[in-house]
Amino acid sequence: MAPLLEVRDLTVHFPVRRSLLARQRQYVHAVDNASFTLAEGETLGLVGESGCGKTTTGLAVLRLIPFTSGQVIFQGQDLSSLNRAELRHFRREMQIIFQDPYSSLNPRMTVQRIISDPLKIHGQGNYRERAERVAYLLEKVGLTPEQASRYPHEFSGGQRQRIGIARALALSPKLIVSDEPVSALDVSIQAQIINLLIDLQKEFSLSYILISHDLAVVEYICDHVAVMYLGQIVETAPYRDIYTDPRHPYTQALLSAVPTFDISAKYEMSVLAGDVPSPIQPPPGCRFHPRCPIRMDECNRIEPAMKEVTPGHFAACLAL
Amino acid sequence: MSRRKNRFLYDFLRDPAAIAGAVIMLVFTAAAVLAPLLAPQDPYDLEILELGDSLKPPAWEADGDPQFLLGTDDQGRDILSTILYGLRTSLSVGFSVMLLAGSFGVLVGLLAGYYGGVLDAVTMRTADTVFAFSTTLLAILFLGLFKQSGVGIVILAICIADWVRYARTMRASVLEVKEEAYITAAKATGANDVHLLLVHLLPNALPPIFVIMAVDLAAIIMLEATLSFLGVGVPITKPSLGMMIASGKNYIYAGCWWLIVFPGATLVLFVLGLNLFADWLREELNPRIQRSR
Repeated sequence: MAPLLEVRDLTVHFPVRRSLLARQRQYVHAVDNASFTLAEGETLGLVGESGCGKTTTGLAVLRLIPFTSGQVIFQGQDLSSLNRAELRHFRREMQIIFQDPYSSLNPRMTVQRIISDPLKIHGQGNYRERAERVAYLLEKVGLTPEQASRYPHEFSGGQRQRIGIARALALSPKLIVSDEPVSALDVSIQAQIINLLIDLQKEFSLSYILISHDLAVVEYICDHVAVMYLGQIVETAPYRDIYTDPRHPYTQALLSAVPTFDISAKYEMSVLAGDVPSPIQPPPGCRFHPRCPIRMDECNRIEPAMKEVTPGHFAACLAL
Repeated sequence: MSRRKNRFLYDFLRDPAAIAGAVIMLVFTAAAVLAPLLAPQDPYDLEILELGDSLKPPAWEADGDPQFLLGTDDQGRDILSTILYGLRTSLSVGFSVMLLAGSFGVLVGLLAGYYGGVLDAVTMRTADTVFAFSTTLLAILFLGLFKQSGVGIVILAICIADWVRYARTMRASVLEVKEEAYITAAKATGANDVHLLLVHLLPNALPPIFVIMAVDLAAIIMLEATLSFLGVGVPITKPSLGMMIASGKNYIYAGCWWLIVFPGATLVLFVLGLNLFADWLREELNPRIQRSR
């Protein structure tokens, strides 16, 4: 069976405005040649540190920002070739959940209007039917239908996130991009929201792209994990492999940074030296080489290709 | 919503300056609207004007006439009545400009902020250019171009100089609001531009405009008075506070202080009231200014 979503060589470059007289146009290499697939009902975790292009990838997959090159194939249809009207049809199938539950809800709308807005945009149902749908969705996300007449500021962060999830579910999508859905919430609330996402996935056979820097969250919910560094996917594997058998030195460093209670820790704490280089002029060769603990001579010349180290487990490193 | 409204009222009732401003605003507006009912005489009905009544001091002075509470001008017009009718002119010019320039500026700011690019560059550079001139100078310039006078022309001339502050404020506000995640969420659901602009962007970007409106109303009324004082404002046949002060100044050395003091005080008090209210509104609507309680 064809995967629900296939992303091929997705590249997003943003032009940098320097000065009026700049001779060369420069670009932020936000995402370079990212490729991954997502099967129906599965969850792909996109992990990496701030600024590595996770969110950009998520937004580009939904075509909320234009991408420079590459293909996003959703249900067999290449989204990059669609015009606005055609894309609108696909918008019902793909939705997004945001990190900040305070910025993600229109403060001047009641919960009823927030959740029914997508239905209205697509002309689905009359007023009564939409109200019924809102009540149904509110119950599904653990709120009560009576809360529909309230405004966002009357809710807590966790409740707001539930409202955002209800809005994303309104059009019965197949794919939901969750951009750091719990990182702005209290730890006690995080688990509730994660479990809600898992329950909804089972009930509505949803596919998720979960963008997160929290490896514990990713381990709990994801089927596959893709690790990003400076705009590139450096390793992708089934979630178990990533945690038990990380191959890319960056993945290893990332995992070693997760606090653990285990004294005989599996990984030695390898703290990366230096900062992430500028995505405007990414390092030549392997982008990770300036900070890599196992750097070799050719690393600054040859760009490593994705290599299948075990079935389904790919990593891009010359040392492999 | 009710909670938010209650808080609004609560804050308002705790601020004496805001209450004073609002009371002044309301009293003066009511006086202007009800002028035909309140005024002892119609100052522009030539039939009832008696030159013998000219330059009478206020009623409480020795030579005062109880018929003319605040005295009369050189034409024998009742000062109180003229002030009431003059306020009508001030307010109609003020509200007209506020609404016309306001809607135009808000529209320009909304589109420039949302679409950016060439539209933004052109409108905002135009705005910068307009802003570089003093409002009074620009209005006088345009009034000179029209070569005729009339309340409509004055409104138009002030609008040309005034839309800029709305456009700039709106643009800045839109730039901020359009980064909010709920805008992206609406895009993700396939909302078209009209829906995005009117349903999501406009209501959330509008609060700073309310503040501008209150401050602006005071500025427009002052500007109209200035233009009329300079003789380029509303036509002589229309009562105007600015014009009253202008004609009154000829008699100041004759000791006829009431010709200037009463219309001047009215103008100052009204503008003060508007500004007091606007100040409160600005603090109330700005979440970044912590109100001391």
